[in-house]
Amino acid sequence: MVKRDLVIVGGGPAGMAAAVSAHENGVKDILLIERDRYLGGILNQCIHTGFGINYFKEILTGPEYADRFIKKVRDMLDIEVSFNSIVVKLASDKTVTFLKPGRLETVKAKAIIMATGCREKTREMVHIQGSRPAGIFSAGLAQKLINIEGLLPGKEVVVVGSGDIGLIMARRFVMEGARVKAIIEIQKESRGLLRNMVQCVEDFDIPVYFNHKISRIFGKSRVEKVSVIRVDDSFNEIPGSLFEIQCDTILMSVGLISENELIDMAGIRIEENKTSVPGIFVCGNSFKIYDIVDTVTKDSFLVGKLAANYITNQ
Amino acid sequence: MTCIECPKGCRLAVNIENGRVAKVTGNECPKGEKYAIGEVENPTRIFTSTVLGQGLELKMIPVRTDKAIAKSKIFEAMTQIKRIKISKPLNAGDIIIRNFLGLDVNLIATRKME
Repeated sequence: MVKRDLVIVGGGPAGMAAAVSAHENGVKDILLIERDRYLGGILNQCIHTGFGINYFKEILTGPEYADRFIKKVRDMLDIEVSFNSIVVKLASDKTVTFLKPGRLETVKAKAIIMATGCREKTREMVHIQGSRPAGIFSAGLAQKLINIEGLLPGKEVVVVGSGDIGLIMARRFVMEGARVKAIIEIQKESRGLLRNMVQCVEDFDIPVYFNHKISRIFGKSRVEKVSVIRVDDSFNEIPGSLFEIQCDTILMSVGLISENELIDMAGIRIEENKTSVPGIFVCGNSFKIYDIVDTVTKDSFLVGKLAANYITNQ
Repeated sequence: MTCIECPKGCRLAVNIENGRVAKVTGNECPKGEKYAIGEVENPTRIFTSTVLGQGLELKMIPVRTDKAIAKSKIFEAMTQIKRIKISKPLNAGDIIIRNFLGLDVNLIATRKME
C-alpha cells in the first residue's frame, strides 16, 4: 500500500487552500485527489464577480479566484494532484481508496483532510407534488450546463427558492435570451445576499413572489406549467390564491447540504473542523455551508496548518 | 438602495437633488458613497459571460470586462460576444477584445484554457 503524509480529498477552494497551507507549514508529501479533470471545483462555473474582496482585496470572478490557487498548487511541486479520481472509501485507520482511470488505489496517510464540498437540495427534499417531466434542474446544474458546457437548458424559466445560485442563474438565463417568469420564495424575504437581489433580480425586472410556493408541477415529457399558491408566515396555504405559470424549465435553488457520505460510511463524527478520529480533518462546504469563498480559504488555511502540526507531532 | 460592492450589502440612504447625489448615509466604507453616486448618475456593472472556444479543452471560456460598463449596454455586449470564437490557448487576464463596444474597457478571459 502506498504511504503518504497527507491526503486531501477535493481540489476546490477548500482543498487547494488546505494543500497550500499544509505545504507552507512543512508537509512535503501531499496527494490531492480531484474527481474532475481540473482544479477549482465550483468556482469554475461561477463566472460572475464578487469573489476575493476580503482575501485578495480585489473583485474577481470565480475562475480568476481559482486560477490564483491553481498556480500556487502547481508551483508547489511536492503536491501531487490525481485528476479524474473518485474516492470510494474512507476508513478510520486513515486509508483512502479511490478509483482513477484504469485502476483502484488505496493509500495510507498520516493525516487526511476531507474537502468534498456540498450538494444542492433537490425537488424531492422540498416535497413538490406533480409529475416528473424533463426540465427540472438544480440551479447549479443549469449553471454548469450554460457556463461550462455551453448549453441553454430552457427558454421559459421559473426559479424555486431565492438562494444566491438561483438569483445569479435567473440573471444568466435572461442574458442568454431566456425569459425568467418568476422567482418563487416560500419565506417572506430572500435567502440570498442583498447584492444579488439588486444586481440579478432588480436590474432585470424579474418578478419575485415572496410568501409563495409551487404547489404542483405539470407536464408529460417536458415541464409545461406550475401552479403557485400564497402562504402565510407559518407556510400554511391561503385558499383561493392559486394561480398558474406556463414554463418549460424549473430551477431549484432551495439550499445546500454538506457532502459527508464518506465520513458517515466510515463511522466517523465531525467535531468542529476535526473528526472523532485524530488526524482526519474536514474543511470548506463539507464542514459547513459558507456564504463566501474568502472565508472558506481563511478557514481551510487553518485546517491545513492543524494537519501539518498533527503530522509533525507524530 | 443596497450597496453591491461587497457581500455585506449596506443599506444606503441617498439624497438626490436635481438628478445628482447630494448626500449618502448608511455606508460602512467609502465604496458605498461611490457606488450610490454611480447608481444614480450612471449605473454600471462588470459584465461577465462566456465565449465559444474551438479546439480547446472546454467548449466555453469565461470572460468579463476589466472595468464596469453602463448597465444599459449589457444586451449589446451579449450580442457582440456571440460572434466571438477563440481557437488559441489563453491565460486568465488575456485581452480578447480591446476597447470593447467602444466603451474604453477590455474584454478579458477569466480562465486559463489550453
